[in-house]
Amino acid sequence: MLGDAAPPPETPIVLVGREGRRREILAADAAAQRAGLRVGMAASKAQALVRDLVMRDAEPDADFAALERLALWALRRYSPIVAADPPDGLVIEAAGATHLHGGETAMLADMVARLKAAGLSPRAAMADTWGAAHALARFAARPTLVVPAGESAAAIMSLPIAALRLQSTTVDSLRRLGLDRIGDLERTPRAPLALRFGSDIGRRLDQAMCRVSEPIDPIRPAEIAEVRRQFAEPISAAETIARYIAKLVSELCILLEARGQGARGLDLLCHRVDARMVAVRVGTALPVRDAKRLTRLLAEKIETIDPGFGIELMRLAATIAEPLDAKQIISDLASPPEADISDLIDTLSNRIGGERLYRIVPVQSDVPERSVARAAPASPDAGASWSGSWPRPVRLLASPEPIETVALLPDHPPVTFVWRGVRRRVRRADGPERIFEEWWRSDAELDAVRDYFRVEDDGGERFWIFRAGDGEHGETGSQRWYLHGIFA
Amino acid sequence: MSTSAPRSVVSELRARIARLEGRTAHQRAVLPFGVPAIDRVLPEGGLLRGALHEVAGGGNGAVDGAAAALFAAGIAARSGGKVLWCVTRPDLFAPALAQAGLAPGRVVYVECGDEKSLLAYFEEGLRHPGLGAVVAEVSRLSMTASRRLQLAAEASGTLGLAIRRWRRQTEAADFGMPTAATTRWRVSALPSAPLPVPGVGRPRWLLELIRSRAGECADFVVEACDDQGRLALPSSLADGQGAKDVGRRRASA
Repeated sequence: MLGDAAPPPETPIVLVGREGRRREILAADAAAQRAGLRVGMAASKAQALVRDLVMRDAEPDADFAALERLALWALRRYSPIVAADPPDGLVIEAAGATHLHGGETAMLADMVARLKAAGLSPRAAMADTWGAAHALARFAARPTLVVPAGESAAAIMSLPIAALRLQSTTVDSLRRLGLDRIGDLERTPRAPLALRFGSDIGRRLDQAMCRVSEPIDPIRPAEIAEVRRQFAEPISAAETIARYIAKLVSELCILLEARGQGARGLDLLCHRVDARMVAVRVGTALPVRDAKRLTRLLAEKIETIDPGFGIELMRLAATIAEPLDAKQIISDLASPPEADISDLIDTLSNRIGGERLYRIVPVQSDVPERSVARAAPASPDAGASWSGSWPRPVRLLASPEPIETVALLPDHPPVTFVWRGVRRRVRRADGPERIFEEWWRSDAELDAVRDYFRVEDDGGERFWIFRAGDGEHGETGSQRWYLHGIFA
Repeated sequence: MSTSAPRSVVSELRARIARLEGRTAHQRAVLPFGVPAIDRVLPEGGLLRGALHEVAGGGNGAVDGAAAALFAAGIAARSGGKVLWCVTRPDLFAPALAQAGLAPGRVVYVECGDEKSLLAYFEEGLRHPGLGAVVAEVSRLSMTASRRLQLAAEASGTLGLAIRRWRRQTEAADFGMPTAATTRWRVSALPSAPLPVPGVGRPRWLLELIRSRAGECADFVVEACDDQGRLALPSSLADGQGAKDVGRRRASA
C-alpha cells in the first residue's frame, strides 16, 4: 500500500520478481494490461514496450501477511472457519454462518461491498467445495455468485483449466494437448494423465467435484483466547457434548478474567474423526464473562453439531473479546434496579440473526416513512422521541396506496373515498398537516408537498390519507390522493 | 358477625386453590387499568401479570389490528420496564406507540419469518423475568401453544399480550376457538368523541371482555389511550376530566 505516494491510476504499474534466473512480471494493474503487458513477461521486455512504466519489487511475504490480516477480519466478521488461500484469496466455510448475515447472497454482497470500500476489487463465489468456489470466484463471479447446493460440479465444467489450482507449467502442457476446459479434462481418461503429470490433476479435480474432502485449516491467531480439549475416545452424544461445552466455557472464562476481557463472539470448533470440522458461532451484544450465560448460548446450538463418527477435539475461542472490568453499581435502594435483558437479546439474536432484532429510533425527518430507523437492540438509549403533537397512525402501509376521492380543492378533506374496493363516507376530518418533502435528497422532491388528513368514516374507522401536492400548484405533486396509515 | 364467617371460609378456599395452582405472591401482581368500571369486572382488580391475555380487533381491525395494537401498547406502556414486540409483518409505526406512552427506547422488536418461530420467540420472551411485557402479533393460537405461553408467563411473572391478527376477514372466526389465555378482549373502533367544531375528537373504542378466567364478560365504551397509555370512560358516562382537554386542544389546532 503506497497511500498518497501512489502514482495516478492511469499510470501502468507492474510488480516484478525473480522466477528462476530471469526477472519477470508477477502482477500487472489494469492500465498495464491495456498497454499489452502480461504476467510472466520478462521485465526488460516490458520496459522496452512501455515508456514510464512503474516497476516495483514484489513482496510475497508482505502480501501474505496482508492476506492473513484480511483472513482475521473475515474470521471476526463472518465465519469461524477462515483461511488464507494464497496468493490472492480467502477461503471461508460458510455453513452455519450465513443465517446471521441475512442469507448466502446477502453475505457475499456485504463482503464484496466492504472490501470495495477498502479499495480492493473483490470477487466472491459460494459453492459446495473449496475447489469449485475457488474456480468460480476467479473465473465466473461478477462480482458475486452463489451456486445452489449440488450444482457446483456442473457449474465449473465450462471454466478454463487454470481455475483448478494446478501449477502453471501443467496448465500450459494440458493446453498444448488441446484440453482447455475443466469439462474436457473430466472426460479424459485418468491413467495417461496421471502417468504424465502425476497425481495432482486427479486430486484437484476430485476436490473440486466434491469426491474427496478438503479440510480447511482455519487461522488461529495467537492473541485470541482459546481453550481446547482432546478426547482419547471420540464423543458424539449430545449430553456429553453439553458437558464438555460447560467445562470449556468455564476454563475460557478464567482465561478471559485474567486478561480483563469479556467475550463478544465465541467459536466452538469440533474436529471430527473423519478430518472434517463443525463450527458453532454465537455472539453477544455486550462483552460477557458469565460462564452460565455463555454455556446456555452454546448449548442452544448443540443440535446443529453433526458429530459424524465422533468428535476427537473441541476448541473454544473468544474470537471477539473486549475489555470488561468490574464495575461499581450506583445503587438506589428505594427503587428497584433496571432489569437487564441483554441475555435475552443475545439468545434471540443468535437464533434469528442481528438484523431481525432491533429497536426503532427517531430520525429528524418530517416525512413519515423516514422518521424511523432501526438500531441495534443493545445500542444506548438516547431517550429521544418524536416531536410534534399531531397524531400518528398505529399501522403505516409499506407504500401509500392510491385511493379514489371526491374532494374540494385546495384545502378540504375528501367527502368520500374508495380504498381496496370499499367506498367510505368521511364523517369527520382533521387537517391538513402539510409536509414538505426533502429537497436536498432529489430533484423530484424539490417542490413536493403532501397534505395529510386524518379522516373518520361512518363506522368510526380512522385513516391517514394525503394528497400529493398542495391542491393549487402542479409542481408540488400529482394532486392524487393516497392512503398511508390506519389509526386505532 | 353473621357475614364475616362465610367470607373467611371463602378467602380460605381461595388461598387453598391458589396453593393448588402453585402460584406464589409475586405472580399475583396485577396491573390495574385505572378505570374503576373495568377493574371491578376483572376478578383480580386488573390485568394479571404473569399471565397471557389475548386482544383482537373487531371488523376490519381483525386484519389491520390497529386498535388492538394500540390497546396492547397502552398496557405495555403502563407495565413499566422493557417490552419485546414480536411481529411477522413490520407495519407498526413506532411514533404512534410513543404517543401512547411507550417510549422507543423501551421496545425491542423481533421480526419473525413465520408464525412458528414467532411463537418460539414469544415464549422465550415470556420466560424472561426482566421484561415488563411481551407483545406478539399472531394469527393462529392453538390450545397447546397458548398453554405453553401461559405457563411461561406464570413462571416468570411477565405480562403476555397476544394480538390476534389475521390475513383475511374470514379467518377471524378462529377467535372463537378456546385458548388458555387468562382474558380475551376485542377492541373495535367507534366514532370519536364529538367536538363542538369540525374535527376528529379523542378516539373511542368498544372494548369487549369476551372471556375472563373466574370472571364475567362485559363490554365498555372507552376513550382510547392517552399519552400515558391510560384508557378513560367517555365524559357522557363518567365525569371524564381528560376528554375535555383533548377536545379543546384539537379545536385550537
